[in-house]
Amino acid sequence: MGKIEWAMWANEQALAAGLIYATGGIVGVAGQFRSWQFAAFGIAAGVFVCLLEYPRSKRGKGTSVERTGQYCFTVCVKAFGPLTRNYYVRAFLHAALCVPGGFMLATVLGCVCLAIASLIYLSAAIHGEHWEPILPRTEPPKRTGESIKEPPQNPPPRPPPELRRKKVDNLETAAYDNPMSVTINE
Amino acid sequence: MGNFAANEGLSIFVILVWLGINVFLFVHFYMAFLVDRYYYTRVILGQALSWARAPAACLNFNCMLILLPVCRNLLSFLRGSIQCCSRTAARQLDRNLTFHKLVAYMIALHTAIHIIAHLFNFERFMDSQLMINSSYLPYVLSQIGNNDNRSYLNPIRSNETNPTIVMFTTIAGLTGVVITLALILIITSSMEVIRRSYFEVFWFTHHLFIVFFIGLVLHGVGRIVRGQTVESVNVHNPNECHSHFETWGQNNSCPVPVFAGNPPMTWKWVVGPMFLYVCERLVRFYRSQQKVVITKVVMHPSKTLELQMKKKGFKMEVGQYVFIQCPSISQLEWHPFTLTSAPEEDHLSVHIRIVGDWTQALYTACGGDKTVVLDAWTLPKMAIDGPFGTASEDVFRYEVVMLVGAGIGVTPFASVLKSVWYKHVQENNVFTKKVINSTKFSCITSFIKCYV
Repeated sequence: MGKIEWAMWANEQALAAGLIYATGGIVGVAGQFRSWQFAAFGIAAGVFVCLLEYPRSKRGKGTSVERTGQYCFTVCVKAFGPLTRNYYVRAFLHAALCVPGGFMLATVLGCVCLAIASLIYLSAAIHGEHWEPILPRTEPPKRTGESIKEPPQNPPPRPPPELRRKKVDNLETAAYDNPMSVTINE
Repeated sequence: MGNFAANEGLSIFVILVWLGINVFLFVHFYMAFLVDRYYYTRVILGQALSWARAPAACLNFNCMLILLPVCRNLLSFLRGSIQCCSRTAARQLDRNLTFHKLVAYMIALHTAIHIIAHLFNFERFMDSQLMINSSYLPYVLSQIGNNDNRSYLNPIRSNETNPTIVMFTTIAGLTGVVITLALILIITSSMEVIRRSYFEVFWFTHHLFIVFFIGLVLHGVGRIVRGQTVESVNVHNPNECHSHFETWGQNNSCPVPVFAGNPPMTWKWVVGPMFLYVCERLVRFYRSQQKVVITKVVMHPSKTLELQMKKKGFKMEVGQYVFIQCPSISQLEWHPFTLTSAPEEDHLSVHIRIVGDWTQALYTACGGDKTVVLDAWTLPKMAIDGPFGTASEDVFRYEVVMLVGAGIGVTPFASVLKSVWYKHVQENNVFTKKVINSTKFSCITSFIKCYV
């Protein structure tokens, strides 16, 4: 199992924060609240964070579980190279994106959740983690050994059927060899 | 179809009853805020008042339920009592964690509805303070109670503030933010990916539920949901007087209405389960303090460690599991292991596969890597909590049983088979005769001998 990779939890938290940020923004814009411009920003920032965080990183140790349909997102996120690979950049980006959310009630919750995600990403970066794309493995073609040219032509040698059949009346020799006696009166 | 109904019928019934209660509470409390007492509150807030109060009632109900499925000792006790009446009912207790997760999702859903409705409420309260116009009823309503600060309707008392500041300066708002954050952190760390890989993060973050429940109980203390008092409704009928709001108090037919807040109700719902959960943790703590002695340590192939222990007064059934703690490795970690010993034996044993850091440390502490014989006093002190029941303890109550397990998963069946063996040896029990009258028993006994 090993030590925790903080980035995995940060990823879940950031994805949830993005959804909450976007939902708060939608409520603010749809209800035509005061300062709805912050809500509009919240929608954009929330959607952006969701897109950035949707592809899971490859784990340092152990099997990585992909999210459904994340391959196209992985390709997009990978295209930005060191900007998305480095978790310090992500921590700073989330911290910057969350600040405008604090100015309006509808987006405050998204702001705080994203700030927490930013802190966890900072912890991940300090521990030296980075984002690795999960790419489909290209299997090398299986090479059969040099000595295997053809399947065998004959069955393996066996004793005749009379000797092979188990004797049902003599159970002890037919069953497995018990290391200790299994009868009651021992 | 008949099999499906027999197997799943009771589960589906329980889920339907639970959903039904949720729907009933939602609709009932939605309608409860459409009465005359809240007429003026609705003038300002509209339907958003009911949309906030209905999920609040469902949240009370679900927060009451969520603590109950995780009281292991209570469930073991219930299982023992129900066993005599109905086996299918006792089987439902095996699905406690599934129910816990369902209730958690419902809490998340209702929290979302509640928060969105309150966003509208805050906005509308603020609007009615800002539209300074004495021909505007919401503004007039907001000015009531400015003198004594007790009989007011609008919890936002001035127009020089904004909803965010109000949220952080009211008890309801502040506790609301805190408990919502706790809930979000609990949910994100409970995702399957995190739980399966880093259990400690999940377990320690989950303890934020303490913050959640304290905040939940305090959430209504500020009495921020306000309606007309009963006495005021008797003298001031909102249906007749609302149109004469410019002359309230000036003639006797419509005095100025008086408002008061509703008392907090949540504590009535959750105090029972909170008490039960506290008892549950105390029971676990007490049981863990009992003395446990390691009597034998055996290393098996494929990195499996067998520990044989003795604990005074320990009673178990077949296939049960215990939680084991080793204070010298970690004070906070309790790990569950299935018991591989039979109830007829005088010791209890567990087979532990060395996989992670805790099991590796246990292996080292019990001298697994040393070849010399260790003294008993050098072995680490252990604490055991349990045993807790699983489905395996019903194995003797069915006529035909099929047990399937592989790898470390054979551990409950080691316990079952050992128990069968002891029953066979000790007495010629009519029941066990049916089990042993087959030629395949000799294979099974050699399997048992590996574990005995």
